[in-house]
Amino acid sequence: MKQTKNTRRFRLDIWGIAGLVILVCYLLFLVYPVGNILKQSFYTSELGFSLEQFSKFFSMSYYSNTLFNSFKVSITATIFALIIGILLAYLFAMFDFKGKKFLRILIIIASMSAPFIGAYSWILLLGRSGVITSFLSNILGVQMPDIYGFSGIVLVFTLQLFPLIFLYVNGAFKSIDQSILEAAEGMGVTGISRFFKVVLPLLMPTVLAGALLVFMRAFSDFGTPMLIGEGYRTFPVLIYTEFISEVGGDAAFASALAVIAIVIALSIFMLQQIVSLRFAFSMNALHPVRTKKVSGIKKVLVYLASYGIVLTAVLPQLYLVYTSFQNTSGMVFQSGYSLNSYRAAFSRMGNSIFNTLRIPFFAIILVVLFAVFISYLAVRRRNAVTSTIDSLSMIPYIVPGTVLGIAYLTSYNTGIGGTGMLSITGTTMILVISFAVRRLPYTIRSSVASLHQISPSIEEAAQSLGSSKLNTFFKITVPMMMPGIIAGAILSWITMISELSTSILLYTVNTRTVTVAIYTEVIRGNYGIAAALSTILMIFTVLSLLLFMKVSGKDEISL
Amino acid sequence: MTQIKIEHAKKVFGDAVVIPDLNITIKEGSLFTLLGPSGCGKTTLLRMIAGFNSIEGGDFYFGEKRINDSEPSKRNIGMVFQNYAIFPHLTVRENVEFGLKQRKLDKGVVRERAEKYLKLIQMEKFMDRKPEQLSGGQQQRVALARALAINPDVLLMDEPLSNLDAKLRVDMRQAIREIQREVGITTVYVTHDQEEAMAISDQIAVMKDGIVQQVGSPKSLYHRPANEFVASFIGRTNMLNAELKHNEQGLAELQLQNGFIVPYPRLNHLDDQQVRISIRPEDFIRVEDAASVDTFEVRIEDSVYLGLNTEYVVALTDKHHIQVTEESSFDEDLIVGDRVHLTVNTNKINVYCTDGLTNLSEVK
Ligand SMILES: Nc1ncnc2c1ncn2[C@@H]1O[C@H](COP(=O)(O)OP(=O)(O)OP(=O)(O)O)[C@@H](O)[C@H]1O
Ligand SMILES: [Mg+2]
Repeated sequence: MKQTKNTRRFRLDIWGIAGLVILVCYLLFLVYPVGNILKQSFYTSELGFSLEQFSKFFSMSYYSNTLFNSFKVSITATIFALIIGILLAYLFAMFDFKGKKFLRILIIIASMSAPFIGAYSWILLLGRSGVITSFLSNILGVQMPDIYGFSGIVLVFTLQLFPLIFLYVNGAFKSIDQSILEAAEGMGVTGISRFFKVVLPLLMPTVLAGALLVFMRAFSDFGTPMLIGEGYRTFPVLIYTEFISEVGGDAAFASALAVIAIVIALSIFMLQQIVSLRFAFSMNALHPVRTKKVSGIKKVLVYLASYGIVLTAVLPQLYLVYTSFQNTSGMVFQSGYSLNSYRAAFSRMGNSIFNTLRIPFFAIILVVLFAVFISYLAVRRRNAVTSTIDSLSMIPYIVPGTVLGIAYLTSYNTGIGGTGMLSITGTTMILVISFAVRRLPYTIRSSVASLHQISPSIEEAAQSLGSSKLNTFFKITVPMMMPGIIAGAILSWITMISELSTSILLYTVNTRTVTVAIYTEVIRGNYGIAAALSTILMIFTVLSLLLFMKVSGKDEISL
Repeated sequence: MTQIKIEHAKKVFGDAVVIPDLNITIKEGSLFTLLGPSGCGKTTLLRMIAGFNSIEGGDFYFGEKRINDSEPSKRNIGMVFQNYAIFPHLTVRENVEFGLKQRKLDKGVVRERAEKYLKLIQMEKFMDRKPEQLSGGQQQRVALARALAINPDVLLMDEPLSNLDAKLRVDMRQAIREIQREVGITTVYVTHDQEEAMAISDQIAVMKDGIVQQVGSPKSLYHRPANEFVASFIGRTNMLNAELKHNEQGLAELQLQNGFIVPYPRLNHLDDQQVRISIRPEDFIRVEDAASVDTFEVRIEDSVYLGLNTEYVVALTDKHHIQVTEESSFDEDLIVGDRVHLTVNTNKINVYCTDGLTNLSEVK
């Protein structure tokens, strides 16, 4: 069956109207705020049009150094994440050992938590007065290297992000055919040399895609360097602090920084497109790689490496669970255990727990609704309007969360264009919309994929049976897309409940989420409450993951 | 029951004219097949009838009603697709009931009608299964029941059997034929398998490049192909160059290039000319006693034993190779290199003008 891919003319039927409504939403909530940022960075009422803000940034090393720092930590963390992630995926694919499923779930949990929570926990463990640091210096007299600054950021990013590489590469291993490995062995290439000569090149497209994703995440995260960086300032930290210190004043410099962030993200995104084209090839495994039994010293090493890596990755989470039951006073953990931290968390931050369920819930509804319509319009009813929507919906891919937060704050403060219309700053709505806009590209992509699985002839069959186009959409197309969309929505939900970079800018006392609360409590030094809230957040994450696995029928997550 | 009439149909994709000007009338209650090589426009035409392709010119009628501008959902058609197109999230019963529910029928009627058609296709046992638990053949039966249950004016099928294995294909085409007769519905059937077309159809339209080459019963297509394309597309044939001449008595005869002369008085009325003749492999007759009739000598180059028949490739004295089929017999022992004598069953040959476009037997 040939696909009718030819672009049609726009028509003002039910689909045309849906398309226009969506387009208007995107204009209001994406084009306007991002455009506003662009304008602010080039144009001020005093100076008119100027590049003043940009030259300020690049001429003062106090500012431009942060960019250099960001590249340095991101690249270093990406390299370490690659090494660890690929190693672990290799162990999983090649060897037989117990508890794989359990480890896999732990890995997913580790990847789903907010990075700054890891940073905070590592400070508790390895910081100046951390438990491991004290243990080593008191008992063994060993001095731990300094965890603050560059090394700490890299540590946290690496442990936070290698799971992504693992999940990607683990999937790619499934498409390598056993016969390829056997062929290599037949030619005398085995072991390590086979890994570098045969396996790694086959994994290359996936590795590159994963590496770029990891780099982007590391580059745009601001919570981690904020907590553990101390004097080591990265670019997102600069954006955040400049903006926070300039609220109410002149936001032009922060806007210029935001524009630089977008340009960098855009370049990386395009690099990824080029690279993935260059390396694209398709593999299909009839007989996926079989795992081997190992014995002796090799077996010990395999267990040590796999369990060691995974447990290190979840250690911060587990340690927070532990401390959440400790008695505390401010930053000091005291002897004895109780539920005091939870009591305090519920009484002082109760609304944040509710918000963490409420705000993502509304956002997910928006995401599913928009994703279903947008993907249908983009795939089945292509015209000028729907192609525009399709391209617009991908912009949030390349706009870092902090930037979107700043854009929203500055754009809706006094309503659109200062008219008072949609002055939603400080409302639940602004958080809901920002969450939805940021997650939409991912959900759209997965619903487009599930729509491509549905042969157009199924819809035609329904029409031939007398079902109108609208009825066919709701009775046939949507139900068929649903399983895939729901699964994707749950994943989006998980990322939303641990979202920090946008919500930290947009929240108010009434719309504070758990993640924001953890962050503010850590900053204020209320470690007990922070640990309790982190535990609660982790429980939400685990429950959502279990739900995801039940809905999708898989114990794996592909990104 | 509904007659389908298509007048001057035209289909254009971008700037490619896929169907230039097509006319067909399909008798009510008949099974009409569109047959032709890949890419000739069969699916395109079927989808124009269904309403899934736009119509760039001409008129389509179901009975008296012009349907060009009605939505597919309003044309009252039943359609069966190559990939079954069963709704995977609905049970077998719900699939069949889907179309009935669109018609806002009474609940009881819907159930009753769905069950009736599931019985017709012998799938009543599987009524509450999900499609994924059915084989391809079973899914296609459900698709047929689903299409028939709504009592459509016409039934459209696009290569419904091509995803099934060879044995099932034969069983299913028999089933389709029987059910179609029983229900008596006007059916348009698309296939590129000529054997399937012959087995199932009342009428066949042979298409090439969007143009109908010939419409006729399976028998007339096989025995009186309108042109060289149809002759070689339906079954197999040998195309030979020859000369149409009149002997001293004024009787027409065909002189092959190897010198053999076939008397062909049927063409007495035509002038002498170069022609192309089509002789099917089974219309060569081997003659043991070469003295009794006119024969020509050939040399056996290759033979393939197929059970019922044996196929030979033989070389004429002018070095041309032709195919000859003969019913197998136990004691035949012809081997490569043997020389045998053949004659031709003159009743069954067809003579075309040199461009192959006109069957001279039809020229008055
Ligand atoms: N949507 C389309 N856009 C452009 N050209 C098309 C489209 N659909 C079909 N065509 C062209 O129209 C011609 C007829 O295609 P059609 O699908 O009708 O062939 P068919 O006879 O059904 O062949 P097959 O036996 O392979 O199914 C082909 O040349 C094809 O490339
Ligand atoms: Mg076709």
